[in-house]
Amino acid sequence: MSAWRRDATAALPPRSGAGRAGPVGVGARRCGAQAWPTGRAVLRSRSGRLGAGLSAVIVLAALVSLVWTPYDPTQVNADASWAPLSARHPLGADLLGRDLLSQLLAGARITLLVAVGSTALAGAFGLVLALLATVTPRPVAEAVAHLVDILVAFPALLLALVLAAVFPGHVWTTVIALGLWIGAQVGRVTRAEIRRVLTADYVLAARASGAGTWRVIRRHLLPNITPALYVQLSLAAGVSVLAEAALSYLGLGTPPPAPSWGRSLHELQPSLMAHPLEPLWPGLAVVVTVLGFNLLGDGLREAADPRLRHPPRPADAPPPATPPPPSSASPATPLPDMSLPADSVDGVR
Amino acid sequence: MTPVLARRFALLVASLVVSSIGVFLLLRLLPGNVAQVLAGARASPEQVARISHQLGTDRPLAAQYLSWIGGVLRGDFGRSALNGVSAAGELGQKLQVTGPLVGAATLLAALVGIPLGILAAARHRTPDGLALSVLAQLGIAVPSFWVGLMGVTLFAVHWQWLPAGGFPREGWAEPGAAVRSLVLPVVTLALFEAAVLLRFARSATLEVLHADYIRTARAKGLTRGQALLRHGVRAASLPVLSILGIEFASLLLGAVVIENVFSLPGAGQMLVTDVGNRDLVKVQGTVLLVTAVVLVVGFLVDVGHHLLDPRLREPR
Repeated sequence: MSAWRRDATAALPPRSGAGRAGPVGVGARRCGAQAWPTGRAVLRSRSGRLGAGLSAVIVLAALVSLVWTPYDPTQVNADASWAPLSARHPLGADLLGRDLLSQLLAGARITLLVAVGSTALAGAFGLVLALLATVTPRPVAEAVAHLVDILVAFPALLLALVLAAVFPGHVWTTVIALGLWIGAQVGRVTRAEIRRVLTADYVLAARASGAGTWRVIRRHLLPNITPALYVQLSLAAGVSVLAEAALSYLGLGTPPPAPSWGRSLHELQPSLMAHPLEPLWPGLAVVVTVLGFNLLGDGLREAADPRLRHPPRPADAPPPATPPPPSSASPATPLPDMSLPADSVDGVR
Repeated sequence: MTPVLARRFALLVASLVVSSIGVFLLLRLLPGNVAQVLAGARASPEQVARISHQLGTDRPLAAQYLSWIGGVLRGDFGRSALNGVSAAGELGQKLQVTGPLVGAATLLAALVGIPLGILAAARHRTPDGLALSVLAQLGIAVPSFWVGLMGVTLFAVHWQWLPAGGFPREGWAEPGAAVRSLVLPVVTLALFEAAVLLRFARSATLEVLHADYIRTARAKGLTRGQALLRHGVRAASLPVLSILGIEFASLLLGAVVIENVFSLPGAGQMLVTDVGNRDLVKVQGTVLLVTAVVLVVGFLVDVGHHLLDPRLREPR
């Protein structure tokens, strides 16, 4: 239990009363896998509704672009060069006469592909790292934990830059680079979460009744950490959208000619003086997408943690659980939960 | 130095070693042989081998790593394979732009974000508190390079108050022009970080507001504001300090993008160019330096925690 004690003291925020964050209190609350939010619970919160709505708009745009766009988004048309806003070109056209609305719709595809791909990879990678850093024998677990700390410090954009230089011209380069880096962060937060669940009474009870490691993981651990994991992944999706836009803007993300919002901005920048309006659209598209994912994450969080809906009165405030009090084995920097567009995004704007 | 800090320092050194090996190996993935490029397409295998020998790329990986890292420790980051310029010298020159950019942006973000976050918590559930939260939510969803472009449109093109980009050729010898050219980039870079800090300062303060010791302080007769300032801010500063450290790393990376938006001749712009040119030696040096700065800042943040939080200083 020394590991727990260390965590309890190193755990950062002096939430409500240091002594209260005992394993029992947390465990008791955490038993509630049934607290897992349904779609309806997410829609009950204002952020959840707005986030779901905005995300739906983007998904719809991507789906529509699969079957129909006003023009071929890559089609060059000298006559339409810098066409103004009109019924024919609702958002105008760029230097090469490519319709901006069509580019915007088609750009949603790449954005979603990168967001979904890198988030899925981040979830899987993060979960594996977190499990390796908790349920394996102590020397292995500590080594993995330190490795995760280093991975988090290794700047993602640099990894993406290097990968883009090694394997140019693939969207998957971006997906893998972002997935690995976000995965390291997810791993760090999930590890703290797992450590808390592992100290709960019901895990002790399961162990006492002879359940093996795998059974504990499957029956008790995973159901109890998925809500927190989903919240993180939703926010990670926002991060990866920003990162993809930044990388494509630098010319290191989505290769041409596939339309991408980030590259549109890059292509429109030289004509900024004469045509200041056009860069507005791809930028707004990014904002809507990221806002949608972030708000959806907030909605998920509120649905998973009822106390966020009814802020506790000071007298009966239980120790806040989500966002998880960041803690890690090394007296390392206490980790933010992913509501940190962090780092993440870090950096990658 | 307490044993905990000594252990943390050992971890820092270990992390630096592991990440330097990581950077070194990662860049060996690059396809293409520098010697082949330098020798030209029609060079004989003997010529390629000779150049390879001169560059030292025919030696075992471990030997290459050791000689590289030995040089780095002496401040020698090697020479660019393309033009033979000393990587350390060029990096030092570029950092004269990147350093002030990142430093000023961190300062601005902290000065704007943290007080606003505390304010948003104190005025939580009032319209202006809500407005601040909405502002922060927007701030983290907006790509900063786009904000930069819009800033150029308004302040450089429309009103012509500030330069659209670039940096004076004379550098800091011309302080007025240098500062003017950094205003837009710094504000753009700081905007996002300020929004992040606002959110965290707000939630940290909100949590502290419900703490028992604040209730005690209120019972003693302090007003809410006094209780918060005297007792709350120190406790709330811990998570905010962590975020500040992590955000510093993200600022460094943001600088890569922002320098490209404003054509600033900084380390970030150099890095993107070097990756395009496959200038391995320089990329390697820059990436190592950035990673090292991130790790050292993380270490300093932990030291800061020990200074701020007496619970971490107690012997176990």
